[in-house]
Amino acid sequence: MSSVLPPLAAYALALGDDALILAQRLGEWVACAPQIEEDVALANVALDLLGQARTLLSYAGAVEGAGRDEDDLAYLRDDRDFRNVQLVEIPNGDFAVTMARQLVFSAYQYELYTALKSSEDGTLAGLAGKAVKEVAYHRDHATQWVLRLGDGTDLSHARMQAGLDQVWPYAEELFDPAGIASQLPGVAADPATLRPAWERYVTSVLSEATCDQPEPRWRSRGSRNGLHTEHLGHLLAEMQRLHRSYSGATW
Amino acid sequence: MVNAAPDVETLLAVARDVPDPEIPVLTLGDLGVIRDVRLAGDGTVEVDLTPTYTGCPATAVIADDVRDALHRAGADQVRIRTVLAPAWTTDWMSDAGRRKLREYGIAPPGPAAGGPVRLAFSVRCPHCGSADTREVSHFGSTPCKALWTCRSCAEPFESFKAI
Repeated sequence: MSSVLPPLAAYALALGDDALILAQRLGEWVACAPQIEEDVALANVALDLLGQARTLLSYAGAVEGAGRDEDDLAYLRDDRDFRNVQLVEIPNGDFAVTMARQLVFSAYQYELYTALKSSEDGTLAGLAGKAVKEVAYHRDHATQWVLRLGDGTDLSHARMQAGLDQVWPYAEELFDPAGIASQLPGVAADPATLRPAWERYVTSVLSEATCDQPEPRWRSRGSRNGLHTEHLGHLLAEMQRLHRSYSGATW
Repeated sequence: MVNAAPDVETLLAVARDVPDPEIPVLTLGDLGVIRDVRLAGDGTVEVDLTPTYTGCPATAVIADDVRDALHRAGADQVRIRTVLAPAWTTDWMSDAGRRKLREYGIAPPGPAAGGPVRLAFSVRCPHCGSADTREVSHFGSTPCKALWTCRSCAEPFESFKAI
């Protein structure tokens, strides 16, 4: 499928899939978070991401020009056609794992949208200008939890460190150079250029949280070409079931 | 019934007068989300609407409410366009809107200019006016609000986030 997508559509789809899949994962916390304020917070973060995903998927469909809308793209693709990074599809784990992922991803998205604000593409630039403000709150939320858990009790520190160790192998893929972005100079943000500012930010948070920056011995690969973990299919089964069983269902 | 075609100024006022579905004391004009109203060549009334947050579920309801209000004001064809740029900021909220929010029990937003705020400065309790308050959570019952509590009167309250 993606081989025939125009580069701009493929780029918007990849960014939209990241936001969509993480929104779905975060939604799983609702009614299960450690405190009710976190149910509300994670639902809010998920809602922001869903809004970004809707804009990006709609745009990908419009650029493709084959008549697919946001719902077609979200509900009617199989796992191999999704272009999100594996980082967002792995299970939530405990709250520390989720906060570790939120730190990695929101710090990345903050740099991404900051860069895309000056994209030559009006839709991407418009979304980025809006979304960067939302993501600033996501990043701050994750930061405060990583500090609180990392620099907390022995137990919370150990679990925060374990959470960081668990998600770190999936972080590098966010910054893989080349790919679609290289075909869209002036429009896309080259992921590799986002890494230094991201690194500075997360390093300072981890240091303040008295956590070690993990040095993983392996890293995930291939997500942007449709290679995923076994977990994505299960997530999609839940997310897509209603739409596929009751075709065209609306609220 | 045949109405004279309403002029753009009237339609803009009608659109701005529509109450926000989540915080009905505010009008869309107070909130600053109606960007423009104009007449297209074919007589369609075009409205530029900007969402407060990209995922705010109220956006669809707002679009429907504006459409209904303009129909009632005599506009036959209405087209709503969602415009993301320039991004909405709470700095566009009117002074009347801020006063109405406070009276409704929601602390109005502080200045957002200068980028995302780390919420370092205090928010006044809308119930007792005390500045001795603390943030409970960045996030509240809608994307635009945060949860706060007052140390003086012990009441919880919501605060409109500055973005």
